[in-house]
Amino acid sequence: MKVPVKWLKDYIDIDLSPKELAHVLTMSGTESEIKYLGESWDGVIIGQITAIDPHPNADRLRLATVNTGSGMQTVVCGAPNLTIGDKIAFASVGAHLIDGHTGEKSILKPAKIRGVESCGMVCSEMELGMSKDHEGILVLASDAPLGKPLAEFLSDIVLDIDVTPNRPDLLSVIGVAWEVAAITGKKVKVPDLSYSESGDAIEKQVSIVIEDADLCPRYSASLITGVKIGESPEWLKQRLMACGVRPINNIVDVTNYVMFEYGQPLHSFDYDKIKTNKIVVRRAKNGEMMQTLDDIERKLDGNTLMITDGEKSVAIAGVMGGANSDITDNTISILLESANFNAAGIHYTSHNLKLVSEASMRFERGIRPDLTVHALKRATRLILQLAGGCAAKGIVDVYPQKQERKSLNLRSSEIKRILGVGFSNEQVAGTLTSLGFEVDIYPNDEYMVTAPYWRSDINIEVDLIEELARIIGYENIPTTLLSGSIAHQEPNYLMDLKSMVRHTLVGFGFDEIITYSLTNREMLAKAYASNTLHKEPVKLDNAMSAEQEYLRTNLRSGLLSVLQSNLRHEEGPIRIFELNRIYIKRENDLPEEPEIVCGLMYNPEQEKSWPLHTQPFDFFSVKGVVESLLSSLNVDADFRQSDDESLLPGFQAEVLVKGNKIGVIGEVHPKVANAFDISEKVYMFELNINSLLTYSLQQTGYQAITRFPSVIRDIALVLDSGVTHKQVTDIINRFSLVNEITLFDVYSGKQVEAGKKSLAYRLIFQSAEHTLTDKEVDKVLQQILKKLEGALGATLRA
Amino acid sequence: MSILEQLEEIKTQALCELDAIDDNKKLDLWRVQYMGKKSRLNEVLRGLAALSIEEKKTVGATANQLKLELEAVLKEKELSLGDMFISAKGEDAIDISLPGRKPPLGHLHPISQVIDEMCRIFVSMGFQAVEGPEVEWDYYNFDMLNIPKEHPARDNMQTLWVDYENEKGERPMLLRTHTSPMQVRVMEKIKPPLRIVVPGKVYRYEAIDATHIPMFTQIEGLAVDKGITLADLKGTLYEFARRYFGSDRKARFRCDFFPFVEPGVEMSIECIVCKGAGCRLCSNSGWLEILGAGMVHPRVLEGVGIDSTVYSGFAFGMGIERIPMLRYGIDDIRLFYGGDLRFLRQF
Repeated sequence: MKVPVKWLKDYIDIDLSPKELAHVLTMSGTESEIKYLGESWDGVIIGQITAIDPHPNADRLRLATVNTGSGMQTVVCGAPNLTIGDKIAFASVGAHLIDGHTGEKSILKPAKIRGVESCGMVCSEMELGMSKDHEGILVLASDAPLGKPLAEFLSDIVLDIDVTPNRPDLLSVIGVAWEVAAITGKKVKVPDLSYSESGDAIEKQVSIVIEDADLCPRYSASLITGVKIGESPEWLKQRLMACGVRPINNIVDVTNYVMFEYGQPLHSFDYDKIKTNKIVVRRAKNGEMMQTLDDIERKLDGNTLMITDGEKSVAIAGVMGGANSDITDNTISILLESANFNAAGIHYTSHNLKLVSEASMRFERGIRPDLTVHALKRATRLILQLAGGCAAKGIVDVYPQKQERKSLNLRSSEIKRILGVGFSNEQVAGTLTSLGFEVDIYPNDEYMVTAPYWRSDINIEVDLIEELARIIGYENIPTTLLSGSIAHQEPNYLMDLKSMVRHTLVGFGFDEIITYSLTNREMLAKAYASNTLHKEPVKLDNAMSAEQEYLRTNLRSGLLSVLQSNLRHEEGPIRIFELNRIYIKRENDLPEEPEIVCGLMYNPEQEKSWPLHTQPFDFFSVKGVVESLLSSLNVDADFRQSDDESLLPGFQAEVLVKGNKIGVIGEVHPKVANAFDISEKVYMFELNINSLLTYSLQQTGYQAITRFPSVIRDIALVLDSGVTHKQVTDIINRFSLVNEITLFDVYSGKQVEAGKKSLAYRLIFQSAEHTLTDKEVDKVLQQILKKLEGALGATLRA
Repeated sequence: MSILEQLEEIKTQALCELDAIDDNKKLDLWRVQYMGKKSRLNEVLRGLAALSIEEKKTVGATANQLKLELEAVLKEKELSLGDMFISAKGEDAIDISLPGRKPPLGHLHPISQVIDEMCRIFVSMGFQAVEGPEVEWDYYNFDMLNIPKEHPARDNMQTLWVDYENEKGERPMLLRTHTSPMQVRVMEKIKPPLRIVVPGKVYRYEAIDATHIPMFTQIEGLAVDKGITLADLKGTLYEFARRYFGSDRKARFRCDFFPFVEPGVEMSIECIVCKGAGCRLCSNSGWLEILGAGMVHPRVLEGVGIDSTVYSGFAFGMGIERIPMLRYGIDDIRLFYGGDLRFLRQF
């Protein structure tokens, strides 16, 4: 809402500077910013169009000759409303304007348009930052001084107010005046509503029927005959323009003016086009069509409230008028509507028709029905003043179920309980009264408070407490720390585990990535060699774009894309991971949201530079990461051949804990890597954090450090190449004197038989009870070798 | 030659040879020759047994004296050779300015870092960190938070809805637009006193540009007990601002509207760049809005069966991305989720 400060001063004396005014309003909840209309109009002057010629190379453009007061300039202009003799806003090269197409700030540059030099511009309202109107150029009053800066003629200081959804009363200049009154202690001066009624009684001329009172609690109307339609006076036009509305004619302008003044939307009908002399307010028939003021044919449904003459519809209630009852230059009688419509109903209609107007915006926030008559009388008075004519005697006011203003009990004890501080009777009563509330002080520090008729947001006691807090000022409320007891809290093991995993991976050299949870099916499928999705992802109803229509079912695609995009500017090595949720659809319930950690390792062969130490990079690099990670979480894992579709068969394994799968590791399938333009090997791990949580245990004890020395024996075994390392260690581990087994060589080649391989181990023997003798160790070693030979056919390598 | 004379000769010879020694190898040979098991000095000492008690005393004392003396000069020589080693053998010296062999170091995402840090602060004030679902029912996201259907307050949070229809033909599933639904979920389960913080992702129907993305992160807080006041809300959030932004950073509160609190407040901190003087970042106001808060609306408490005449509470919610953006001067919010390592490795 734009509030011109000059207009605001009609209702209240203001000593504050505009900046101070904006500040105090902001602090009390009405976020305000000062806009100097004309602040940026350097280089814009008042000019006059003296000639209009066709553009030699373009049908839609014309050449306007502009008298700038100090000479003639020719500009290329596409506006439809160019008229010889009109005073206009002329911007010369270098002026600061708003770009009419992009809405961005820009500086006017010299331009050749279709081969003709244009030395400046005739401005639209939008280009001057006055409104969003870019249909035609701004036409100034004929008395505008030629050659003078536009700012001297038109400028005003405007409060740009960001009104919260609960305060429709602040979508009005008087509403803002009441706020200023409460903050500054000044009195509000209310406008004069009186006018003389010289016509016949209105009841004889108009009847009004509300059929759907749930959507229309109140309908008030007045009738003015014999008006003369014309242009509004300059002061009125300027105020409307400052509010961002284009003046149309004296009748429509008055309805808009009073809407900004009181916050009550009004609508004017050409009375002679209401043939039945009757207004019937009813729901639309399903599928009913109607042509609105903007000449668009609209299809309506049964939830839409219509204003009809009993036969045909003349307006969509509270949203937009119809073309068939519009005010024209020939209109002589006006039926003025000031009605109250149901907020939810208007919200529905406005959204359904995608039609947001100044009126709908006010109704959907829920304005009070009390406003209708005040605004109606004010507008009738102004129309009589500006357009002449005579008002019918009385008004029609249909108000089936009167909504009484609520009186609320306010207790000092409650003020203290909520705010932590108490106020004196004078503070409470004074603050509320200055906002327009009626306050009765009762004994025991209680108050009976009635909200002013324009406030629809005051419903319970705490609403009054907020009024006190915001006007007295939050800075005047003390600052204390919570003093109550802290309830017992269960530790959040999942969050702790996630934090541990993140920090451990960062310690292993992985960079954490966060990607969007919203993606598309193609992207999700790309992570699998078959390029198909086996799980149907959760789909959005109103996605922003096809690119972001589904919730992800894996983290793999996102990470592979991140790897892909980083490879455009670096060679690696790259280690990245993401720990976040995926979304698994469930029948008739919210999706499951398991927490997954997924990591990628990429380490291409590269030139060795000091001090690079070349560690091999293969399946065991990723396996080692997972082993160390799990070991840091006290989880014992096994690995088993697997068939994950993202990974290369034979070079992948599932991670098992106590026989349950918690994840996979392996080499990303070359088909998948290729789909992301990655030609080198990539290794991936993926673990389900929720499953991990089940097995990750607190450490329960420790192993005593033995004081007896250990004995080391190295053995090299020759085995069939199908025998696994795990089979060997499972056997050796059964011997309790073996404290540690370390694999130090794996060999297959010329020096062993074909089909065989050699595994070399270092065994460390140690006893907790005594110093081992060589003899003892040799005996156990012989037993081990015998077992290995018997079970796996292992022989010692010569 | 008497034994004492022999000792004197050993000493002269040893010291003389030691003087000429210029590397560790020669020094080692010298040590073996004069101080080893088979050295002349040891021979002399072994011969002591054959002497009279009187001689044993004098010779023994002199021999021991010599042994100590040789040990001392040896140590001295070792030290000086250590120094000489570098200056003498320059080609073996190390260039300590060469880069070290670093263990690989990863980087925690800046958003994770902020969440960790904020949770730590609130946990130390007795709040418990909890998380909730990102896909929600409109019941929790709106209805129970005093945001009825067809209310303009819903429009302020452009919602992404899930393609799902229940038996009644309603479409009530959505991506949560704020972390506030967890207020309701927690209060349904736990009776006061309670204090929680809820970090998590939220979603809005927003076209992507430098300041808008459809997915971002919030942290929510809620405290409910007997006797919690707006003064406690101010105190708690002041304390948070002091700890997070530094104790000299001023904070201020002003009235604002959120349907699920009454009174509603907004907290700003003094501008990080201009410290209140006014600059482009703070639109010349000197202040940066960082969070919305307020006293839990009685309707929200009653909705979960908490007696609002006995209990009161406060809630707050804050956008996470804005904080590092302000702190580090990041002007494009998309950088957080683009995965560009040149950006992420700076944190």
